[in-house]
Amino acid sequence: MTHISATVDGTHRQGEVEPRLLLVHWLRENLGLVGTPIGCDTSNCGACTVLVNGKSVKSCNVLAVQVDGAEITTIQGLASEDEWHPVQKAFKECHGLQCGFCTPGMIMASVDLLSENPNPTEEEIRDGLHGNLCRCTGYHNIVKAVSHAAAEMSGS
Amino acid sequence: MTDTLNETMGAIGRPIRRKEDARLVTGNTNWTDNIQLPGTLHMAFLRSSIAHAKITRIDTSAAKAAEGVVHVYTGADFPGQPGSTCVWPVTDDIVMSHYPVICEDEVKYVGDVVAVVIATEKYLATDALDLIDVDYEVLPAIVDMEAALAEGSPLVHSDKGTNRCYTAPVPFGGSYADVKAKADVVVSRRFINQRLIPTTMEPRAVVAAPMGMADEITLWTATQVPHVLRVLLALLTGIPENNLRVVAPDVGGGFGGKLQIYREEVLAVLLARKLGRPIKWTETRSESILTMHHGRDQIQDIEIAATSHGQILGMSVNLLADMGAYLQIITPGTPLLGMFMYSGIYKMEALDFTCTGVYTNKTPTDAYRGAGRPEATFAVERIVDELAAELGMDPMELRMKNWIKHEEFPYTTVEGLTYDTGNYEAATARALELFGMDELRAEQAVRRATGDPVQLGIGISTFTEMCGLAPSRTLGALKYVAGGWEHCTIRALPTGKIELVTGTSPHGQGHATAWSQIASDIIGVPVEDIEVIYGDTGRSPYGMDTYGSRSLAVGGQAIKVAGERLVEKARMIAAHQLEVSPEDIEFNAGTYSVKGDPEKATTIQAIAFAAFQAHNLPDGVEPTLSGEATVDPMDFSYPHGTHLAAMEVDTETGKVTLRKYVAVDDCGVQVNPMIVEGQVHGGLAQGIGQAMYEGAEYDSNGNLLTASMGDYLIPSAADLPSFITDRTVTPSTTHPLGTKGIGEAGAIASTPAIVNGVVDAIRHLGVNNVLMPTSPQNVYRALKAANNGGAA
Repeated sequence: MTHISATVDGTHRQGEVEPRLLLVHWLRENLGLVGTPIGCDTSNCGACTVLVNGKSVKSCNVLAVQVDGAEITTIQGLASEDEWHPVQKAFKECHGLQCGFCTPGMIMASVDLLSENPNPTEEEIRDGLHGNLCRCTGYHNIVKAVSHAAAEMSGS
Repeated sequence: MTDTLNETMGAIGRPIRRKEDARLVTGNTNWTDNIQLPGTLHMAFLRSSIAHAKITRIDTSAAKAAEGVVHVYTGADFPGQPGSTCVWPVTDDIVMSHYPVICEDEVKYVGDVVAVVIATEKYLATDALDLIDVDYEVLPAIVDMEAALAEGSPLVHSDKGTNRCYTAPVPFGGSYADVKAKADVVVSRRFINQRLIPTTMEPRAVVAAPMGMADEITLWTATQVPHVLRVLLALLTGIPENNLRVVAPDVGGGFGGKLQIYREEVLAVLLARKLGRPIKWTETRSESILTMHHGRDQIQDIEIAATSHGQILGMSVNLLADMGAYLQIITPGTPLLGMFMYSGIYKMEALDFTCTGVYTNKTPTDAYRGAGRPEATFAVERIVDELAAELGMDPMELRMKNWIKHEEFPYTTVEGLTYDTGNYEAATARALELFGMDELRAEQAVRRATGDPVQLGIGISTFTEMCGLAPSRTLGALKYVAGGWEHCTIRALPTGKIELVTGTSPHGQGHATAWSQIASDIIGVPVEDIEVIYGDTGRSPYGMDTYGSRSLAVGGQAIKVAGERLVEKARMIAAHQLEVSPEDIEFNAGTYSVKGDPEKATTIQAIAFAAFQAHNLPDGVEPTLSGEATVDPMDFSYPHGTHLAAMEVDTETGKVTLRKYVAVDDCGVQVNPMIVEGQVHGGLAQGIGQAMYEGAEYDSNGNLLTASMGDYLIPSAADLPSFITDRTVTPSTTHPLGTKGIGEAGAIASTPAIVNGVVDAIRHLGVNNVLMPTSPQNVYRALKAANNGGAA
């Protein structure tokens, strides 16, 4: 067992973990942060995307021991106490989700995308999210939501 | 567009933002895999890596001794116990199959269950699988359907003497032989409607636990069908039905893949009862791809007969449908669900339909978005394009000449269905306007004339489908064992809030929002005051669940009738309190008032409290205020539409690009147009996925080659364009709300639109068919074959 500690959604968390434990299992099973779901085992679907030190990461593809000392943000820590993140608002406003299973990862990947490129074109959004799969929406309204959030965040 | 309503009337028709989303966008979700109960034991499955083999020896001793392992079970522990069942024996002489909960002596597909480990931790359960030693005697794998039917083929089920599951010949209308004899033109094609994998984003997951009352087992499962599942679990396990509660918590997509009774569910329930502890299993994606049932997989031999002027006379449809290794819930019935749709929107005199179900050593097939209708629509829309080419007619002109005109409804088709309403002219006119057909045809002509390496094709799909499964008598006549009704209870609570209990079981469709909109209009209570309860046999005891675009088409009717019954009961109480007769009471937007004296009034919320107090009720009226209805639909409904695709094909590389897609759908009255549009988008992506990207591939030994998301390509955002969508509204006359259904339309319509577009782009090069998916390889091969002098 290895000792790790990290700041997860603004709270200091620590624990003893097996070296083989995946980050997503640490979040879900050990910390009880079940808002981040698991959609595959081959890092194709992106449902488990979280931010590690501000960058989007597929948490099924990272070992818990690799995030020792890191700052992690999951979908459950994205909103402030009384307000959703603009991307969360945009997904609801634009009907960018149906079953909602891909949504946490889709939102976290979008947050990272907009931090790198605050005014993406449709093509850039589609390219930026191609590592996050959705089976319900056909992506049309997800793309719309990310554009909508970009406009909101840039104040236009 | 408003999110909340200040007035209560007119919620139907508004794009109200979904009630479901607040939890889903913040991660405050309730997926089955989120459930962590104290003392939980974890299941892990040892699955066959061989498609067909005898199990000659299993040694579980090392696994049993491993850290954290509580038990290891094999087939010997559950002799004769079925793990799934088929409720639709489609013919009298169908060859049924026994699907063991754990294989006892033979495995029949890669993924079949050989042993189950129960351990205290998930990782330890998986570790122990490696310690189980199995000896197999490999048997020949039956992979190809035609080979399976050949004389002397090895058998999937050796005790059955045949791989033929059933043959259902159904001649509709007059004699096809007669119309063929008088036809000027006969065109035939073989279409391969390839095997697909549903790929719900949430994999399957189960938790079964002894809970609540003595002997009660609660099963949480990622299912579309908690009610149907409860009945089948009782029948399969012998556990009394009243000791079983099935809960479908948040469910992350279904598309038919979760319309099933799975052996993992049966085992979880059996073991929770046996061991007295919670049992949990969540599949990996690799397990899901192997063992969630697959869809489609038909060889379609289609022939169409017509006059030289382009009048369609009849069709012949000959299907081979791959059942896989075992029959599951509606495996044999799935291709027959399309049986009524092969004439599409066209008038014709005769249609010969034959379907043969075939056993193979592959994952069982069953319903996948559209279930039989996408296959039918693909076949008819493709063959009509081929007929147009043969006749030298414009494919849209040929369709217009043969489709049912709007003034001809209600129209009884050659298959004997009566389409209540439709307006193919209106949907087509709108689609053509949005598409810019003339400009695209002009560009196509230029590219052809100049020999552009990238050719342009126009794909048309003018489709209809049937929704609203189903009038129970019709299902009985088709040998389906259950009915097709739906239930709703609406309860007005003492504080004026509403509980709406539905028997539908959503997994992304937004029923909580849409059902609130319907009830709001009927009982006059604001949308936000209505809580929709579903997906739990303990809280919603009656239901037939969600599949086949039935939820609104059937469940919506139950909401309407239940709401009206509540309103009528409240009217009796209102009249009593306002001291007039019920006939003198008007009801509008939640207010009961005296006709001619609108000042004398009360509200439905006040009546709810009065019904709770019961101090002053009229004689014969019971306390509490609710309305309940179980509605059997009088008929199916028939959404339709016109979809157009502009396809670019690189003739040098075979690469296909979807440039523009227009979908004009007619689903009748739209309860929430935002949700309708979302359903269209998602359906399109799945139908386009079949046409361009997806396909389950097996090798000759029965190994699934597309066994990960890296190999089975569901479209990503980068693979699709934005869609141009619109609706025409021709209300259904067989459904009291005028609604039809929209959950599957996009998936049904889009596949032929894409493939017609691809073929149209390269038809002048001698191509008249391209295999799906229209990958660069398949397109290149079609071009190469045409170039070598014969069409593919």
